[in-house]
Amino acid sequence: MNDRSDPLAPPLDAEEPGSAPRHGWWARRAERLQTQSEGMDYLMTGYQRLVMIYLPLAIFLFVLLFPFYWMGLTSVKPNEELIDTAGNPWWVIHPTLAHFRHLVFETDYPVWMWNTMLVSVVATVLSLIASVMAAYALVRVRFRGARTVGGLIFLAYLVPPSILFIPLSIIVYQYKLFDSPMALILTYPTILIPFSTWLLMGYFKSIPYELEECALVDGAGRIQILTKIVFPLSIPGIISAGIFSFTLCWNEFIYALTFISSSEHKTVPVAVISELVSGDVYHWGALMAGALLGSLPVALVYSFFVDHYVASMTGAVKD
Amino acid sequence: MTAAAGAGRLTSLQASRNLAGFWFMLPAAAFLLVFLSYPLGLGIWLSFTDSRIGHVGAWIGAENFAWIWDDEVFWLSVRNTFLYTVVASVFKFALGLYLALLLNKHIPFKAFIRAIVLLPFIVPTVLSAIAFWWIYDAQFSIISWSLVKLGLIDHYIDFLGQPNNARASVIVANIWRGVPFVAITLLAGLQTVPQALYEAATIDGANRWQIFRHITYPILTPIIAVVMTFSVLFTFTDFQLIYAMTRGGPVNATHLMATLSYQRAILGGNLGEGAAISTAMIPFLLAAILFSWFGLQNRKWQQGEADE
Repeated sequence: MNDRSDPLAPPLDAEEPGSAPRHGWWARRAERLQTQSEGMDYLMTGYQRLVMIYLPLAIFLFVLLFPFYWMGLTSVKPNEELIDTAGNPWWVIHPTLAHFRHLVFETDYPVWMWNTMLVSVVATVLSLIASVMAAYALVRVRFRGARTVGGLIFLAYLVPPSILFIPLSIIVYQYKLFDSPMALILTYPTILIPFSTWLLMGYFKSIPYELEECALVDGAGRIQILTKIVFPLSIPGIISAGIFSFTLCWNEFIYALTFISSSEHKTVPVAVISELVSGDVYHWGALMAGALLGSLPVALVYSFFVDHYVASMTGAVKD
Repeated sequence: MTAAAGAGRLTSLQASRNLAGFWFMLPAAAFLLVFLSYPLGLGIWLSFTDSRIGHVGAWIGAENFAWIWDDEVFWLSVRNTFLYTVVASVFKFALGLYLALLLNKHIPFKAFIRAIVLLPFIVPTVLSAIAFWWIYDAQFSIISWSLVKLGLIDHYIDFLGQPNNARASVIVANIWRGVPFVAITLLAGLQTVPQALYEAATIDGANRWQIFRHITYPILTPIIAVVMTFSVLFTFTDFQLIYAMTRGGPVNATHLMATLSYQRAILGGNLGEGAAISTAMIPFLLAAILFSWFGLQNRKWQQGEADE
């Protein structure tokens, strides 16, 4: 039993299991099992951990983060260094903010940022209102056909924008919304509502019925129950749905590309690729600065609400 | 109180429920009906017409489909879409699962690492695609430069200029963007695996592979089904990455069905033909959706809930 080649065997001085030990090897082992989630990996040696865990993890992190390093580096590199093939491209010798200055003062970049912000915020708020009401109705009002409607909303989540943009362009044109931010504000909710409704349904299901029954007995109406009880209790879910919706809006591309034509109404993703790329000479410094600045708002929002974001991402898949 | 009166009250209660349900559903339903269901139907109708931009066309039957059936470029885009979807999804799954297993270990700065791993997923695709475009530049590519300096190659790689290189390059960029999503979602699944199962298996003498194969994998299966359905769906209908990096070139070599339909419908003005290409994507999407549905059912069964 106490063969030393067996890594699972307790050391020779370990107490017998079952003798209710409060210290010693078994206690340490039990403690480790409770505090760590990786199972039996504490049995690995330092060298094994290095090769099996840290090395592959370092490679993953390098590959996943390298494009961001490259974006950042290029955006502060002066043009002479960018086209200089003799120097070392991995580093910058004379960092400059010229590309950012060019973006802010010589292009419509601030306008594009404002457009994207406006469209994202308004579309997110509209979708949240519609989704809270829909999710509440689907979970709690139990109207006839609620289950079918819930299934249809899930199906709507699976309809991709890339098969809708052609017919939508006709609709947008007919409603005279072409080249107006309203075209995006009205079409983005179709991407956001199915997802948010599905996420919020999970949150509403976790709110005890009794709370609502008490309110009903006290004479509250449905709207009051929604605003005074359900809404405050599902704030975390609403934040999750809101952040995820905001990021989806900020990243949306195909509708913004199809429905907007003039520079002063474009959103950042579309404008960077259509307005900053001119002719055959690519201004890589300005392009990378544009990409970096355009990623900043979502990165900031994300960094403040990482947990909510992850919850919404996995929640939508799990529930 | 008579039974009839009670039943009447119940009916009126249900009627008020239905009415309340209607009003609560109205905003969401209005958005989805006007800007999702209607365009979905309109798109299918358009694919049977000769519509052009600025003029709603007449019904021409299956002529658009006959036209794209004989179109080499359409079939090339179909093959590209499948290649892109299959290769990218396989790698996203394998690498995502691997990364999830690594992140599930006890490592320092775990929360921080988990947070930055997701960065490629949250940054706008077009903007990271532009970064890849620059990384793949024929003249200034950092990859080529490094490989030359290391003595592994002797001339710069033409990443986006050669058909096969271009396909591989956009697939790599897609994998880069997709791995974090798969990894973080599977990590959430991994954390639900009861610790006691691992302990029991270890005591029974199971090795790492056996533990993975007979404990981790079966418990993760439902969530894998759902995540991969989403991943396949979004890869299959991808548009922005290709548009930003190659616009379908060189010589249509990287066109996906979505980018080809954009080119034909919006740039070429041929709405009917573009809609036909979009409509041709629907059967594949339906197959993926059915798969997802069975994945979800499976999951409910596993959590001890009744199948619906």
